[in-house]
Amino acid sequence: MELLRHAARVAWKDLRIELRSREIVYTMVFFGALLVVIYSFAFPNDARAIRGSVPGMLWVSLAFTGTIGLGRAFDRERENDTMRALLLAPVPRLAVFLGKAFATTVLVLTVAVVCTPLLALFLQAPLFAYPVPLILVVILGAVGIAVIGSVFAATLLKVRSRDVLLPVILYPLLVPLFVAGTSCTAALVAEIPNFDAAWYWIQFLGIYDAAFLVLSIWVFESLVIE
Amino acid sequence: MKKIAVPLFATLAAIGIAVSVYQVFYVAPLEYSYNEAGKFNGSSLFFNQKIFYFHVGHAFWLFGAVFVSGISSIGFLITRDPRWDDVASASTDVAVAFGAVVLVTGSIWGKAAWDVWWQWEPRLTMSLLLWLVLVGYVLVRKFAGPSADRIAAGMAIFGMVGVPFIYKMVGQSSHPAAGSQGVVATLPPGERGPFWIAVASFLCWYLALVISRVQSTRAEREVRELRERGLDLGVLQ
Amino acid sequence: MTALDEVQIRGVAKRYGHERALAGVTLELTAGSMCALLGHNGAGKTTLLGIVSTLVRPNTGTVAYRAKGKAVTGADVRREIGMLAHASLCYGELSARENLALIAGLYDVDGSPPAIEGALDRVGLDKKARDRAARTYSRGMLQRLALARALLTRPSLLLLDEPFTGLDRGGALALGAELGTLRDAGAIVVVVTHDLEAIAGRTDHVAILRRGQLVFEERGSYSYEQLKDVYHRHAN
Repeated sequence: MELLRHAARVAWKDLRIELRSREIVYTMVFFGALLVVIYSFAFPNDARAIRGSVPGMLWVSLAFTGTIGLGRAFDRERENDTMRALLLAPVPRLAVFLGKAFATTVLVLTVAVVCTPLLALFLQAPLFAYPVPLILVVILGAVGIAVIGSVFAATLLKVRSRDVLLPVILYPLLVPLFVAGTSCTAALVAEIPNFDAAWYWIQFLGIYDAAFLVLSIWVFESLVIE
Repeated sequence: MKKIAVPLFATLAAIGIAVSVYQVFYVAPLEYSYNEAGKFNGSSLFFNQKIFYFHVGHAFWLFGAVFVSGISSIGFLITRDPRWDDVASASTDVAVAFGAVVLVTGSIWGKAAWDVWWQWEPRLTMSLLLWLVLVGYVLVRKFAGPSADRIAAGMAIFGMVGVPFIYKMVGQSSHPAAGSQGVVATLPPGERGPFWIAVASFLCWYLALVISRVQSTRAEREVRELRERGLDLGVLQ
Repeated sequence: MTALDEVQIRGVAKRYGHERALAGVTLELTAGSMCALLGHNGAGKTTLLGIVSTLVRPNTGTVAYRAKGKAVTGADVRREIGMLAHASLCYGELSARENLALIAGLYDVDGSPPAIEGALDRVGLDKKARDRAARTYSRGMLQRLALARALLTRPSLLLLDEPFTGLDRGGALALGAELGTLRDAGAIVVVVTHDLEAIAGRTDHVAILRRGQLVFEERGSYSYEQLKDVYHRHAN
């Protein structure tokens, strides 16, 4: 479809710029890695305590780095007012949203790809015991953060306190996503893994992502046009 | 109609709350339990249970206010008529106050029932999360500059859509403590009357507050518009 | 792609929170004319331009776009709009060629290398710079790129918001001349500016805003002196 082609064009533009400068990726990944290191010192070296806190650590890293990445990715559209150029184009405004959301998902997943093995390594946590459900839940989580984040990052583009307002708006809305993510990860990492619970949370996240994707598609244009 | 709305609801609320207080303290039975041996079980709630009426009374309208804000925000985004936005923002302001009441009374009750000041039990958690979304709305309105109304409207809509997810999420992850879904249905008969009176009174209170805020915002807007017209005509400086 | 020949702005008003940016502005723009939209800062010129460019939704009032008598709406309107603002609207990390290729793709116009080279030749962008990232360009080069970007899609409605700032005298006059050429070719040109000299003798329609209201509108040719006079009389 035309819409998807244009969205792909927008996404590719973002990813191409990112590949060239690598600014956001490097800073996000490094920040994520730093968080993991800090966690390693912050918690006692007791295997059971760690097992309990690893899911939280993973998802907190995704939350913080995701918000930073969102802020930076959209900040780029402020320089030279290119967001205006995108909205002015005859492509559906929705395509701009989908393209940006996709590019942000890729960024968040890049951080996940680095932080998850690091967590497994530094904290000797069996994160990869069941890789498929873990990968699934992380992808769903990244999509959720990217979708809701893109709506509000785009809306806040011209606002002065956008750096602080983005987390203020985003985190309360993302709480179900984080609870689902950590509960699912915890179910997978537990001594006796609970696949029923993990599967429940994956479904929950899937529905959550779908609902907010539909909502975002409805309201994006309305929110972004002044 | 408009002129009497606020005094009407305020009076109803005042009467309702007075009646509720009477009902709660004099009519509703005191909650206590006996253990198997027929001896009085010391660790029960007594008067602390009475706070339940105020807690749940406010909680009902905390949720109601979230939906009112969400729906009027949708109206605002579609029509861009500031009157919708007035309702959304008034409702949210009142909801923040109600939410604070819910959390504080819930905490007091929790201390009495479980001896902890906070417990991540389903409904308290849900109230806290909703309250955070509402506080976020208020912050956005205050600090987001000229387009704050539009941005906050977006947040209200997303918050409203998130309610079912928060509901499902607290149901699953917390242990079903005292305060599961069927609480209202399983109320002992003597308590139902006072309960519904309390709920109705707080509805009147909510309406009185929201309508009064909306009226005051509209009055401010009218004054501003008059002033603008005066400036345009050169009548004012 | 049907060229717009008429834009009717009727009773358009816009508020930002408590601020009234525009109050009931009615204006008609026709093909082959250049309208100078003048006024002090905060008078509402940028807001009006935002509304005409479909980026701002008015609280009341409508904007109707017509081509050969038939109404044009939505994305088809945006296809016909070219914008030149103070910001370049181009990605700093991409080169001139890449920026234009991106625009060509988004607007579905000829984005082949000859077309892009032609557009860049027309604005006189240095050949050696065309593959460098746009953030390395000087202000003048950036303006040229912005102009190439605006003209690549052959817009019939050209909206310019302070396009002369940062340009030297020669550059400003050259841009003014270019706009005149486009107007003669049938485009609808709207220029918001404080630089009366650059547009003197070229505009055929003057509209002055004050505190969100249209306080003066007249069609006709204006010399620099006439523009200054009319501005002083009405913009305050």
